[in-house]
Amino acid sequence: MPDPQEIKSRIETAIPGASAEVEDWTGGGDHFRATVTAPAFAGRSRIEQHRLVYAVFGEEIGGRIHALSLQTRSPDKP
Amino acid sequence: MSDTTEQSQIRDAIQKAIDEHRVILFMKGTPEAPACGFSARTVAALQSLQAQFAAVDVLPDPRIRQELSAISQWPTIPQLFVAGELVGGCDIVLEMYESGELAQTLGLGESAPPEPAPIEPQPVAGGLAQIENRLR
Repeated sequence: MPDPQEIKSRIETAIPGASAEVEDWTGGGDHFRATVTAPAFAGRSRIEQHRLVYAVFGEEIGGRIHALSLQTRSPDKP
Repeated sequence: MSDTTEQSQIRDAIQKAIDEHRVILFMKGTPEAPACGFSARTVAALQSLQAQFAAVDVLPDPRIRQELSAISQWPTIPQLFVAGELVGGCDIVLEMYESGELAQTLGLGESAPPEPAPIEPQPVAGGLAQIENRLR
């Protein structure tokens, strides 16, 4: 079962300079909530920012990871 | 193979539904009976703006979701489209709702809401419904 630490480290490994805060939303190990800050988000729309994070997990989203709720920020913006 | 043909028919029907409805939500369940908390929250945001929207339940056939995600390059449900463009899933829609951007995107005035419209989602007729029916 995925845990918040795994989700966090995979995001931070895959997206250069990213920092992620991840919590298990329901305690069930399949609904997570992540706040991700990454320089790569600068100049991208929210949709594109979320796509970058979802892309880290590919087919696992909707499968092994039932839900990953996202908030994305680029470092220069609050 | 017939499978492939059916998939491309489903994809065409989804695309047609997106093209034909200015505001369309692909969700789990229906606006009256959402089958997932994320879908429920997205519907609630739209309804509180008194937005009119079409809704498609993706649950009757897993291929609807597959083909939708192939079109939108978005892995999760719900998905809100406005004027043919993916606006986002639950997180983005709620963020935009809170910032007032959602009302703007929907063309609804923030300070002066339009006439209270009946919150009746339009059924999605035509291609997709036919395919869904045929698959039952």
